[in-house]
Amino acid sequence: MKRCTIAVLVENKPGVLARVSSLFRRRGFNIESLAVGTTERPDISRMTIVVRGDDRTLEQVMKQLNKLIEVIKVSDLSENSVERELALIKVHAPPAKRSEIIEIANIFRARIVDVARDSFIIEITGDEEKVNAFVDLMRQFGIKEMARTGKISMARGSKTVG
Amino acid sequence: MRAADAIVKALEMEGVEHIFGIPGGAILEVYDALYDSEIVHILTRHEQAAVHAADGYARATGKVGVAFATSGPGATNTVTGIATAYMDSSPLVVMTGQVPRAMIGNDAFQEADTTGITMPITKHNYLVTDERQLLRIIKEAFHIASTGRPGPVLIDLPRDVTMADIEFDYPDKVDLIGYKPKIKGHPKQIKKAVDMIMQSERPIILAGGGVRLSNAHEEVLKLAETIPAFVVTTLMGKGAIPETHPLCLGFIGMHGTKYGNYAVMEADLIIAIGCRFSDRTVGKFSEFAPEAKIIHIDIDPAEIGKNVRVDVPIVGDAKLILQEMIKMIKTKQRKEWFERVDKLKRKYPLKYNRDENVIKPQFVVEKIYELMPDAIVTTEVGQNQMWAAQYFKVKYPRQFITSGGLGTMGFGFPAAMGAQVAFPDKIVVDIAGDGSFLMNIQELATCVDYDIPVKVCVLNNAYLGMVRQWQQLFYKRRYSATRLRYPELSFEKIAKGFGAHGITVEKPSEVEDALKEAFDVDKPVVIDFHVEVEENVFPFVPPGRSLREVLDGE
Repeated sequence: MKRCTIAVLVENKPGVLARVSSLFRRRGFNIESLAVGTTERPDISRMTIVVRGDDRTLEQVMKQLNKLIEVIKVSDLSENSVERELALIKVHAPPAKRSEIIEIANIFRARIVDVARDSFIIEITGDEEKVNAFVDLMRQFGIKEMARTGKISMARGSKTVG
Repeated sequence: MRAADAIVKALEMEGVEHIFGIPGGAILEVYDALYDSEIVHILTRHEQAAVHAADGYARATGKVGVAFATSGPGATNTVTGIATAYMDSSPLVVMTGQVPRAMIGNDAFQEADTTGITMPITKHNYLVTDERQLLRIIKEAFHIASTGRPGPVLIDLPRDVTMADIEFDYPDKVDLIGYKPKIKGHPKQIKKAVDMIMQSERPIILAGGGVRLSNAHEEVLKLAETIPAFVVTTLMGKGAIPETHPLCLGFIGMHGTKYGNYAVMEADLIIAIGCRFSDRTVGKFSEFAPEAKIIHIDIDPAEIGKNVRVDVPIVGDAKLILQEMIKMIKTKQRKEWFERVDKLKRKYPLKYNRDENVIKPQFVVEKIYELMPDAIVTTEVGQNQMWAAQYFKVKYPRQFITSGGLGTMGFGFPAAMGAQVAFPDKIVVDIAGDGSFLMNIQELATCVDYDIPVKVCVLNNAYLGMVRQWQQLFYKRRYSATRLRYPELSFEKIAKGFGAHGITVEKPSEVEDALKEAFDVDKPVVIDFHVEVEENVFPFVPPGRSLREVLDGE
């Protein structure tokens, strides 16, 4: 089993996300994460999909995605690309633990974006490993809530997927 | 112009001559516009049959078939028809009515999420939310349905959209950035394939339904004769080469010819053209053609390597690719291989135990073939389909119409209607089982209404025969829910009750006369052949086994 990051450029039309997710479900492909957003062109959206499977499955994922009429381009970004994810973590932060949490956040270049009487919301961006490591360290304080965006990815160098 | 009128005008501009469908509240506006049109509308008695009829029409002609249905239940009834067309890559445009835009999502009367439901069984579908996009969408729908790997496209039309006033400005071309099927094969791959063919000592061509879709029959024949190579087909590929041709080894797979299956297993090269290596054709994937290299020509890149390993993939239109290949191929006689295959052919012919007292279903099919070799034949699904495939030797492309991928019982009769509408002067025969025929028997009303003289030959064994056969062979004859108990049932009377012609046949000696009678009457006819009840289809490769492991009757 391999993990693969795929960038999918699609026409920005209603129902496209349903088509893509329906395809994954129907063909039995497993989505690990999926992030959708706009691109430099308003009529085109970009999906970043992390999928797990053997080589044949991954090849089928790319080919089947390509068959969707509203899919413009499918690219494999598993190798040599910049990957980022953003997470918001609401962590239990009583006065006695605050400085320790702030210290760890600083090491990770995470930012505290909300302060309440006994909790922080911390924002962290980075690749998946960095975010995971930070989340692990926050566990000891008690994570009350967490939201992660899923990964977005872009090939290094001047090459573009469009 | 009223949008509904624009729709009908657009259909006329697309060359549509026939539409199959049933009206209803949400699509009334379009039917009103149809009233003034030259397009002939055939009112079927069930929406499933409308789509199968449009599908049969498309398969018989190569044109896009068109079906109409209303919202809600009308649309959901089309689902089996659309899925059938999707699995066999048949070009259709299905238009469904929908509740007015403002009511969508509110569970209005006869509302169903038609585009949601049909998403995984259409090549593409549209919900028209802006009347100004309507004509572009219709243009795209016909383009998508008929190009690349063809398939069904659905357009869902909210009622208020069809009532809107729009400018009639029908586009003459489409602009789809995400849809550009690859037509021309890569020259390097073609060269590689030709070299591989030249080196091969035991080549076989495996022709699928894609040959028909790309109209590549002449090229397949030319390629086969030039190499020369034997040709086997998939079920959908029947007609890719005349089955009476000495190079044709019939269709392979679960119930294919034994010699065809064995030849494939002994070949050192498979030239697969427009096929998807389905489990029914290939048997056990990992043991398919173990000694062979595989060249796979297909317009759909996703089919390449999906089921079996491929050595030389060529993506593109089969016709064009074969034309290129033929230019480069040099004839090379392969005497040893030809002798070997001839021996297989002689040793393992298709056969059944003849009987003078009971009607054998295979005998009926043989007689149909003997009397009407030029008829268009449709089939239902199950034993009737396999006997039809085995004993009716297809002579020309688009002659044999069957639900291969989805295996839809109830397909054959309405598909025959569609084919007959397209070719009123031909004899169209539906080779049916009693179980399948009952699934769309209401279409007798349509046939009578529109003088569609389809001949339904029911191989009546009072069983869901293919399922019973599996129960006999794999479940110790425990016939769970496969016996169709209706000793009083008379298809003859049912046919007559609809105003069609009906014949009951109980003796082998009467088979020929009954068929002649049916072919002579200019009316829809149902012939009820009371056949051997526990006859089985052989040869039989059990599911999941290699094509070598063939069961025979004995």
